[in-house]
Amino acid sequence: MLVVKDLKASVDSTKILKGINLEVKAGEVHAIMGPNGSGKSTFASVLAGREEYEITGGSATFYGEDLLDLSPEDRARKGLFLAFQYPIEIPGVNTTNFLRTSLNEVRKFNGQEPLNGADFLKLMKEKMKVIEIDKSLTKRSVNEGFSGGEKKKSEIFQMAMLEPKLCILDETDSGLDIDALRVVADGVNRLRNKDNATVIITHYQRLLDYIVPDFVHIIYDGRIVKSGDKSLALTLEERGYDWIKEEFGEMTEA
Amino acid sequence: MSNEREIIQEVTDREYKYGFVTEIESELAPKGLTEDTIHFISNKKNEPEWLLEWRLKAFRHWQTLKEAPKWAHVKYSEIDFQDIIYYAAPKKKPELESLDEVDPELLKMYDKLGISLDEQKKLSGVAVDVVMDSVSVKTTFTKKLKELGIIFCSFSDAVHEYPELVKQYLGTVVPYTDNFYATLNSAVFSDGSFCYIPKGVRCPMELSTYFRINEANTGQFERTLLIADEDAYVSYLEGCTAPMRDENQLHAAVVELVAHKGAEIKYSTVQNWYPGNKDGIGGIYNFVTKRGICKGDYSKISWTQVETGSAITWKYPSVILLGDHSVGEFYSVAVTNNYQQADTGTKMLHIGKNTMSTIISKGISGGFSNNSYRGLVRIGKNAHNARNFSQCDSLLLGDRCGAHTFPYIETSNKSAVVEHEATTSKVGEDQIFYCNQRGLDTEQAIGLIVNGYCKEVMKQLPMEFAVEAQKLLSISLEGSVG
Repeated sequence: MLVVKDLKASVDSTKILKGINLEVKAGEVHAIMGPNGSGKSTFASVLAGREEYEITGGSATFYGEDLLDLSPEDRARKGLFLAFQYPIEIPGVNTTNFLRTSLNEVRKFNGQEPLNGADFLKLMKEKMKVIEIDKSLTKRSVNEGFSGGEKKKSEIFQMAMLEPKLCILDETDSGLDIDALRVVADGVNRLRNKDNATVIITHYQRLLDYIVPDFVHIIYDGRIVKSGDKSLALTLEERGYDWIKEEFGEMTEA
Repeated sequence: MSNEREIIQEVTDREYKYGFVTEIESELAPKGLTEDTIHFISNKKNEPEWLLEWRLKAFRHWQTLKEAPKWAHVKYSEIDFQDIIYYAAPKKKPELESLDEVDPELLKMYDKLGISLDEQKKLSGVAVDVVMDSVSVKTTFTKKLKELGIIFCSFSDAVHEYPELVKQYLGTVVPYTDNFYATLNSAVFSDGSFCYIPKGVRCPMELSTYFRINEANTGQFERTLLIADEDAYVSYLEGCTAPMRDENQLHAAVVELVAHKGAEIKYSTVQNWYPGNKDGIGGIYNFVTKRGICKGDYSKISWTQVETGSAITWKYPSVILLGDHSVGEFYSVAVTNNYQQADTGTKMLHIGKNTMSTIISKGISGGFSNNSYRGLVRIGKNAHNARNFSQCDSLLLGDRCGAHTFPYIETSNKSAVVEHEATTSKVGEDQIFYCNQRGLDTEQAIGLIVNGYCKEVMKQLPMEFAVEAQKLLSISLEGSVG
């Protein structure tokens, strides 16, 4: 589904990604972990098409198509979803209307008829059950005045509505209490199937107690320095990131 | 962030969509303004002597005014008032029963605008009095309104059919001495709409008028007079688009509203005159005087405006709160783009006791435009317990435009409470990217964000108008993105 080869990116001529390699197949869950400033969120932003990052090398393909050549909205329409670390408030724009516009844009792009009001509300009701989101959230303006937990739940709810192929969760666990974390994790687990894939970007191992990854990658200084199965996350939990820094710090300086 | 600038530039560089001219023959007055011009207009319209006299008084007063007011935050080269044609009317004055008889050119024009009369008629009970240049071409639904005793007709017809009413109210809210452009309008006004709602009648449909300038070099001087008698209610819609022109066109309308005891008038406007091209050449000069008086106790006047057009907008729909417990409201969205300039706002003049006013103003500026809010809240010495709440927000697209706020507050009564809030914000790259990530292109994103920003005002508009206005807001900021 997603093949990233030697991807390099910088912002304001500071190199942040220094050659990322990653392959994600349908049905898989990948966790990308790493210390602060290692390039985790940049990687997510670059995949989603944030234009402040300059791609300086490498490639990324999505179902064989050059991902980096697509506009951010086309990436979204083709099934790439980014759950934001800091979801943005859009005052005055009703969440339900926003979602309907969004879903119908995605449908239109994929040659489907737009959903009418009744069908849309029916779908929304179904998905609300899956995600256990409070109905009142959908009546409010997009993310406006939402608590941290509400924002993250709303992101997962939008994900459920859009049924993307590749879900990238950027630090979705940050700022969540244990109950909210469980709701978000349950939602993600229920949305998993053999046709979609999930990339979880996180600093802590905690979320991985709830969403069990098939692969864990450690990103450090703009590169994936170590990959393994879920036990790698536990090792990290025990030994912290210093171990990585010691082992790989010198190599990347060189 | 140069990228943000590029996006915003692309989005804000858009051409006026309704730039076309319809070929309908017109009868023109000779260029320039003298007493002869006034006689010509009055004669053309077969007016009674008293109205000619009133026009002449206005004209003579206008001659004593040395120059147009200069206090607004707008710049333009001086207007040569002798280089303007003051009257144009379609040659044939059709009297039509059905749409089949309407000039096909005109119908085509409405099709292009997406407001074909055909659709309009079917729309949920909207009566349309279409002003084509200066003479009313078509009045619909008049018969039904007549049954309720509601008068809704062209100003000229009212002069002939209801002279006493016109005489009683004309110039009582905006006297001919009011200001330079109102005086000019009083001298040369061509036509407009007249509306009277009798005691206790709730007008069952939204009354609407589409104005249109269609004659090159013709200033348009509309005059609207709307009276709601005791306990009457009316919602009035005014919307306009104008064809593309290279030379500046002057538009100086006057609107007068009178609300008697317990009456309510809701007046909504969507203004989309030609704003000039993206280099700031051409466009309409829109110098309008709109004012209402809450004459009786417990009366209410509410202005809602969505202003997206015109090269220059100079407009302050105001309310004189004379009756005790009367209410004045002003809800405004003003969009300026490219080199447009807007200086708009309101005046709330509290005279009666327990009077209340609300001002919600949303200014949106893009390109190199300048957008100013100018408002006056005056509490008279007898206006005990008067209340005002004002909120003036500005939204900037890009960093080359300007937003300005000039609030004036004058209180002569200690029991008054006046509140003023103001904010300035920018459409963020983050908001746009968030929308992009959900499958919306940048144009849609900006349309959505701007409409959300204006929601408080948009929700004041009648339903069918709100849809049109939302589209207009998006179109106004549309570019060639994607």
